[in-house]
Amino acid sequence: MPAVATQGLEHQAERAKSRQGFLLGLPAIVYLLVFFVIPLGIVIAYSFATRTRSGRTELNDWNVEAYRRLGEDVVRAVAFRSLWIAVLTTVVCLVLAYPLAYFISTRSPAVRNMMLVGVMIPFWSNFLIRTYAWRVLLDSDGLFTQMVSAVGLGDGRILFTSNAVILGLVYGYLPFMVLPLYASIERIDWSLVEGARDLYASGWMAFRRVVWPLSRPGVIAGSILVFVPSFGAFVTPAILGGNKKGLMGSYIVDQFLDARNGPLGASLSVVVLGVMLVGTLIYFRQGGRTL
Amino acid sequence: MRALVACVKICYEGTTRGNHHTMDEATIAVELQGVTKRFGDVVAVDNIDLTITDGEFFSLLGPSGCGKTTTLRMIAGLELPTRGSLSIHGEEMGLRPPNRRPVNTVFQSYALFPHMNVRANIGFGLEMRKVVRDERSDLIDWAIDLVEMGGMGHRKPGQLSGGQQQRVALARALVNRPEVLLLDEPLGALDLKLRQQMQIELKNLQREVGITFVYVTHDQEEAVTMSDRIGVMHEGRLLQIDTPEAIYERPTTRFVADFIGRTNFLEATVASGDEIVLANGDRLRVSTGHADGTTIAVTVRPERLTVHNRDHAPDGRHRLDGIVDSVVYLGNAVIYSVSIDWMHLEVRCPASLAGERRGPGDEVTVSFDAGHTSVVVG
Ligand SMILES: Nc1ncnc2c1ncn2[C@@H]1O[C@H](COP(=O)(O)OP(=O)(O)OP(=O)(O)O)[C@@H](O)[C@H]1O
Ligand SMILES: [Mg+2]
Repeated sequence: MPAVATQGLEHQAERAKSRQGFLLGLPAIVYLLVFFVIPLGIVIAYSFATRTRSGRTELNDWNVEAYRRLGEDVVRAVAFRSLWIAVLTTVVCLVLAYPLAYFISTRSPAVRNMMLVGVMIPFWSNFLIRTYAWRVLLDSDGLFTQMVSAVGLGDGRILFTSNAVILGLVYGYLPFMVLPLYASIERIDWSLVEGARDLYASGWMAFRRVVWPLSRPGVIAGSILVFVPSFGAFVTPAILGGNKKGLMGSYIVDQFLDARNGPLGASLSVVVLGVMLVGTLIYFRQGGRTL
Repeated sequence: MRALVACVKICYEGTTRGNHHTMDEATIAVELQGVTKRFGDVVAVDNIDLTITDGEFFSLLGPSGCGKTTTLRMIAGLELPTRGSLSIHGEEMGLRPPNRRPVNTVFQSYALFPHMNVRANIGFGLEMRKVVRDERSDLIDWAIDLVEMGGMGHRKPGQLSGGQQQRVALARALVNRPEVLLLDEPLGALDLKLRQQMQIELKNLQREVGITFVYVTHDQEEAVTMSDRIGVMHEGRLLQIDTPEAIYERPTTRFVADFIGRTNFLEATVASGDEIVLANGDRLRVSTGHADGTTIAVTVRPERLTVHNRDHAPDGRHRLDGIVDSVVYLGNAVIYSVSIDWMHLEVRCPASLAGERRGPGDEVTVSFDAGHTSVVVG
C-alpha cells in the first residue's frame, strides 16, 4: 500500500531530522549541563544543607534551617532594600526611556537606526570598566560632582550611597528598557492616533488612550528586563555603593566568602532565582511575545 | 435598516446644526480656495477650488495617487495645506487641530482601536467630548443598531470580518453627528456583493440624515451611482466638478472622458467659431469656445453611435464610412469595432435595436448626432 509506505518514509525522515537536531545541539546541551544545570543543582542542594561550627557545609544532614533564617530581620532588611532599589531603578529607567523610545520611533528609518546603535554603544565596552568609570566621575573632585555643585544642586557627593547605586544601575540597564519600548511603540499604527484625534481627542488624550495602552507590552518587558538584574545586582552596589548597606547580591557573596554560611547564601540565591524566574515567566507571557 | 434610518432622522433633528450660521453660509459645508499640498518635491494637491454644499453627497474620484486622500486629510485637519484656505460651514479652519473640527472620518484602513471592544470604539468620540455615561450608552446602542452589529458590542476589532469592521468604523463616526462626514474608500476592502449592498445603505443613510458626505473612491461606477456631484481628480488637480450625468455626457477633458466609462476620441482642429475639422477633413458643426486652429478631440460614447448599411444612414447625422473589424455579443448589447480611415470606433448597439447582425468585413456607415459629442482638450 503506497499510503503506508509514504507514512513510513515520513516517519523515518522525521526521526532522522530530530536525531540531526540533537547532534547539532549537543555542544550547547553539554555546556548548559556543566555550567548551568549542575551548579544550579549544587546551589539548591547547599540551601538544604547544614553549616558546621567551623563554617563548612555538611551535605548529609538535610534541613530547611537556611530558609527559616530568611525571616530574620537582617536578611529581610537586605531583601527589602534590594527590592526598593530595583523598583526605583525600574521607574527611573521607564521615565527616561519612554520619551527617548518615543522620539526614536517617530524618526525616519535612517535616523532611527543610527539612534538605536547609539543606545547600544555602551555594550561595546565591559560593564565593570564602565562602572569604575562612574566611580571616577562621582569622586569628590570628579566631573559629575563638580558639575552638580557648579549648577547649585547640593554638593553632589553621592558616591557610596544608594543614589550612586541607582545611578549606576539606571546607566547600565537603560538600554534594556529603551529597546523593548522602542519595539512596541514603533509597531503602533499611526493612523490609530489620527483616528483618535479625529474623534476629538487632544494630543495628550490620544497618547493616554491609544499609544500608552498599545505600548504596554514594551513597558512590561522593559520593566522586567531592568527589575530582575537590578534586584540581584552585585557589581554596581559593590563599586558605587561601597557595600555600606548590603544588597542581595553582595549579601550572598558575603555569606559564601566571609560569613562562611553556605546554606544561607544558597537559600538567598534560590530566592533571587525564584524572583527572576517569575519575572521571566511574566515577560514571556506578556511582553516577550512582542519582541 | 429603514426603521433605524427614521431613528437617525429624529436624532439629527434634535441637534442645533446650522442655527449659528447665516443662511448663506449654511448652504456651504466645505470650501477650499486655491489649496495646494506639497510633500517635499511631490505636489500631492495642486491649487484646487472646491465648494461642497450642505447635505450633499460629494465624491472625489480619480486614479491611485491623484491626491484624493490628501484632500480629505486636509479637510479633517490631519494635514495642513501648503497654500490656500479651507473653511467648514463658513469658519476658516486655519491651523485648527482635527479634534476641534466638526468633521469625522471613516478611514481607508478603518483605524479601529485594537485594544478596545466595539462599544468602546464607537463611544470614543462621545467620551472625549465628555458626553455623560447614560447618554453615551444610549447613543452607542443606537449606532450599533444602525449598522446592524447588535450582539457584537463586546468583541474586539480583531474578531470581526472586514465588512463588520467597516460598519463599526462608520458607526464610530456617525455616532458623533458630525456636520461633515469624510469617507476614504470605505468600501474598498469589501467583496462585490457586500459593497453593492453597503453602497445602497450608505446612500439611504445619507439621504435620510442629510449630513454632507465627502466620499473618496477610485471606482467610477460607485461614484456615479451614489453621488450628487463628482469631482474628478488627476495628478493633484481637480479637472471637473459636475453631476454624474454631466461628467458622463459632457466631459471637458480627455482624461475625464476616458476615466468614466468607455468612449471614442476623434482628433480634430477648430476651423472657425463653431465648426471643426476632423482628421479626415470632414467638417462638423459644434461650438468649442476654443481659438481657431486649436487641436482638440471630439468624444462620442459607444452607445451614441449607430451602425447602418453603407449609405443608408439618415440625414441630419454625421456619417463616417468604415469596415467592421470585430463583433462582440454581450447578451444585452452588441459591440462593434469599426475601422474608419484613420482610427477604430467602438459602437454599442442595444440587442433590441441591433437589427440585422453584421460580421467582420462588412462595409458600413457609422453615424452620430453632433449634439451627443463633447469637445475635450489635452
Ligand atoms: N506623507 C506623504 N509624504 C510624501 N508623499 C506623500 C505623502 N502622502 C501622500 N503623498 C503623495 O501624494 C500623492 C497623492 O497621495 P494620496 O494619498 O492623496 O493619493 P490617493 O488619491 O488617495 O491615492 P489612492 O487611491 O491610492 O489612495 C501621491 O503621489 C503620494 O505618493
Ligand atoms: Mg487614498
